[in-house]
Amino acid sequence: MALDKPYLDVPGTTIFDAEQSRLGYHLNQFCMSLMKAENRARFKADEKAYLDEWPMSEDQKQAVLDRDLNRCISLGGNIYFLAKIGATDGRTFQQMAGSMTGMSEQEYRDMMMAGGRHIDGNRRLGEDGDAQPHRQPQGRK
Amino acid sequence: MTAMARITSSVYTSHVPAIGVAMDLGKTEEPYWRPLFAGYEPSRRWMAENTPDVVFLVYNDHANAFSLDLIPTFAIGCAEHFQPADEGWGPRPVPVVKGHPELASHIAQSVIQDDFDLTIANKMDVDHGLTVPLSLMFGQPQQWPCAVIPFAVNVVQYPVPSGRRCLALGRAIRKAVESFDQPLKVQIWGTGGMSHQLQGARAGLINKDFDNAFLDRLIADPEAASQIPHIDYVREAGSEGIELVMWLIARGAMDDVPPKLVHRFYHVPASNTAVGHLILENP
Repeated sequence: MALDKPYLDVPGTTIFDAEQSRLGYHLNQFCMSLMKAENRARFKADEKAYLDEWPMSEDQKQAVLDRDLNRCISLGGNIYFLAKIGATDGRTFQQMAGSMTGMSEQEYRDMMMAGGRHIDGNRRLGEDGDAQPHRQPQGRK
Repeated sequence: MTAMARITSSVYTSHVPAIGVAMDLGKTEEPYWRPLFAGYEPSRRWMAENTPDVVFLVYNDHANAFSLDLIPTFAIGCAEHFQPADEGWGPRPVPVVKGHPELASHIAQSVIQDDFDLTIANKMDVDHGLTVPLSLMFGQPQQWPCAVIPFAVNVVQYPVPSGRRCLALGRAIRKAVESFDQPLKVQIWGTGGMSHQLQGARAGLINKDFDNAFLDRLIADPEAASQIPHIDYVREAGSEGIELVMWLIARGAMDDVPPKLVHRFYHVPASNTAVGHLILENP
């Protein structure tokens, strides 16, 4: 029997389940390595060379080089691990989260100050909320 | 007859990392943060009068102590000391956490015999999930005023434990504490949540209605709260809102009679997150 995955129809959301975790194992472990200062320094000195030390897919490496967090997540990355890249770059969690929406940092911050993203229209694929695929990217630019 | 340990009360709070940063950098009086910290002033006054001997602190690690090499669903910290983790921005400037190895090992033995397969951690760094609640409740002392038993729950890799399982685990922890023959006052804290999502096009989701209904149910009908399926947390409270299952462990450890509501607070936003906070006392 196939596993029940009732979370696949939540828009703009990837659940980090066993399958994603398997896909992203080396990507996430690369991220963990950035908790050590000497690794951060080596990564910053030559990002591609550092990534090539890890058995990651070329797509995963490119997504890291591009700092494309949505792409990283689709390839098995998890946000708590990817946050180590943000820390290396000197970015906050809010900047990282905002970067995945297409909004500018200020637009995202304003949304949060106004009470955050509304749930209406964002529960299931096929509705018309701002997190739905047909409304990406968000933001004015 | 020897006086036994007992659970006096439970505390519930979000553990947003930015709250720790705001405290560490002295920003608590800034307009952005002032309303949030004001909501914890009654809690600190209450805590000054009700400092326990031990806090049993339910939280989750965020890829700091545990990488993908090892993913324990429930890990109990039995060490003498726990160091604040360097999460990539440098360790928080907070005191080392002193454990209570005797009570922790006692709880581990009792709870495992009650069919909960805990992982025992004798060496474990603790991240913002544990230290931010301590900072919120105790402020910035030179030493934490009591011992802390860290209890880490996997809520990073899905599936996380069910609400039902968490509530039952809380009951087993209560039984374990009550069979420890030292007259310790123990508080149990459930942390994480409330609604938030840190990823994808839906990042920034906040659901005040869900959060407040959850608080109502947690106080008055924990059995009903424990029946909320995973998908409801994910859909309604965001992919990271599922951390709320950890609050059910603390609630399950409370007596089977209505608790006294000491304090309730809700605030949006702290960074990406809705902050919820409760203090419940056993009568």
